[in-house]
Amino acid sequence: MTLDRIRIGFLPLVDAALPILAREQGFAAAHGLEIELVRDLSWATVRDRLLYGHTDAAHMIAPLAIATALGRGRPAVEIDVPFALGLNGNAITFSIPLATETLESGQLGDPWTVGERLRQVAKARVEAGRPLRFGVVHRYSSHNYMLRYWLAAVGIRPDLDVEIVTISPPFAADALAAGEVDGICVGEPWNSVAVDRGVGRIALVTAQIWRRGVEKVLAMRRETASASPDLVDRLIRALHDAAAHFVEPDAAEENARILAQPAYLAAPEETILRAITDRVRLSQGATPLHIPDFMFQFREAANFPWRSQAAWLYSQMTRWDGTPFSSEEAARAEGVFRPDLYRRALAGSGAILPGASSKLEGAIGDPLGAGSVQGRLVLGADRFFDDRAFDPDDAETYLASLP
Amino acid sequence: MRIAIIDTSTTRAAIISEGLREAGLDDLVLIDNSHALVAQIEAANPEVVLINLENPSRDVLEEYFAVSRALAKPIAMFVDQSNPETTAAAIDAGVSAYIIDGLSKQRMMPIVDLAVRRFNAFSRLQAELHEARNALADRAAIDKAKAILMRRRAIDEPAAYALLRSHAMQSNRRIAEVAEAIITSAALMGDDT
Repeated sequence: MTLDRIRIGFLPLVDAALPILAREQGFAAAHGLEIELVRDLSWATVRDRLLYGHTDAAHMIAPLAIATALGRGRPAVEIDVPFALGLNGNAITFSIPLATETLESGQLGDPWTVGERLRQVAKARVEAGRPLRFGVVHRYSSHNYMLRYWLAAVGIRPDLDVEIVTISPPFAADALAAGEVDGICVGEPWNSVAVDRGVGRIALVTAQIWRRGVEKVLAMRRETASASPDLVDRLIRALHDAAAHFVEPDAAEENARILAQPAYLAAPEETILRAITDRVRLSQGATPLHIPDFMFQFREAANFPWRSQAAWLYSQMTRWDGTPFSSEEAARAEGVFRPDLYRRALAGSGAILPGASSKLEGAIGDPLGAGSVQGRLVLGADRFFDDRAFDPDDAETYLASLP
Repeated sequence: MRIAIIDTSTTRAAIISEGLREAGLDDLVLIDNSHALVAQIEAANPEVVLINLENPSRDVLEEYFAVSRALAKPIAMFVDQSNPETTAAAIDAGVSAYIIDGLSKQRMMPIVDLAVRRFNAFSRLQAELHEARNALADRAAIDKAKAILMRRRAIDEPAAYALLRSHAMQSNRRIAEVAEAIITSAALMGDDT
């Protein structure tokens, strides 16, 4: 059987796992696909290759897929997200001097306690004329929005009380070491790399800020996705199979070994293994701590692209870009996420298919059964740390209520 | 018009600079990719920035252009929607261009075209260099294998070469590959080559 080739762009991050493993473990081939992976070192390049046809699909930070569709910073191009590559998996790491001032040793911080201490340090630093500076991976990243959400909620005004700059994850540890930034919010393995080098300590994981925050997605040009629906269906099935295998406990070691290869993450196997088994080492030499739901790649239909997730990201985009909320733009942003394509591809498979396309985000405290058209769906706790819930149909009220 | 060039390859940066100078564009600033990128750009205050597509600093650069109030005018990525082929050609060649707001397309097009030609020329040069290196390595291996055959089978050089060549044809391999195999096996057999 000849395989249909599909090219997927990615950045060397742990959450690029699914397309890589779909290729390496035969899930793509089983659906008649040969995945060719294109590795890059900046999101701008991943985006450009997708837009100009060097790749057919891309591993992408979810807000960037929406920003591209809305034409922020460049002409708009229609984008489809038929599959989420995972939830969370990021952390906030402080430089050693900042950690010493704000963190208890040996345990993960509480967002409120660490936030209050950080607020006092930030205030002192502004008064001293050298405001705290944090690095995030991209303006249109969940890292940026999670960090800002937390800071604002604990009374630290982003851009006024602290500076937030863009930093390439591979250079993040160097920037911490050199004192160019006081903290970073990046994905794995880059927090652990900073910890193992002894230049930073993990303060919080982003799952503490939003227990079920949408992270990377599979993005395609709408033109490509519409032109070859069969290819999209097979790709989604292959990625779904890879995700089911990814969370098998016995698979972790082999997964880490594959991801560590020079062509993929080119990072230490042990560091990757820690991340994909939800074990996080908070400071150099410490015993890794098990943090449930640190990375969330499959359970609870985690790969389903909820339109309400896109709506939340759009609300944060207007909040931090300082642009007015527009219901027309909100509809376009939500339309980037394509639960219909996900359902079409996985109908008749064993996959759980939610009946709704949108939900109240951050409203679940105890596991809750939810309507599904296939399989049995139970959603776990998905709270934001400040217990605010987001209703996608009333985003304006939500935005007005935020600090 | 001041043009800043940021490239992870200093050789390619030199090749582009030379091309721009030949075209009469001599207000050039080469920016060192490794260190304090943003401060260097701020100091240079360019109207056009050329950067290689695969440069890991592009996200940092785009963020700087998006928020900077230090530059006289905002800079945006060059995306020519009336002539998408130009942008596509640039991406294919591996170059991305940023221009200050309001710079006319007529002035920008020759610069992008030139950068694309130079990037492509550089890729060709690299490919040729790679081939030349391979050819040299091949020749060294063939010479060594011939010497082994001449000694082991007491034949002359043309006969050794003919033997290599016929074996390569029979086994559908390159002569250099057969030569490598002979060298490896001779080494394993303890033959002092």
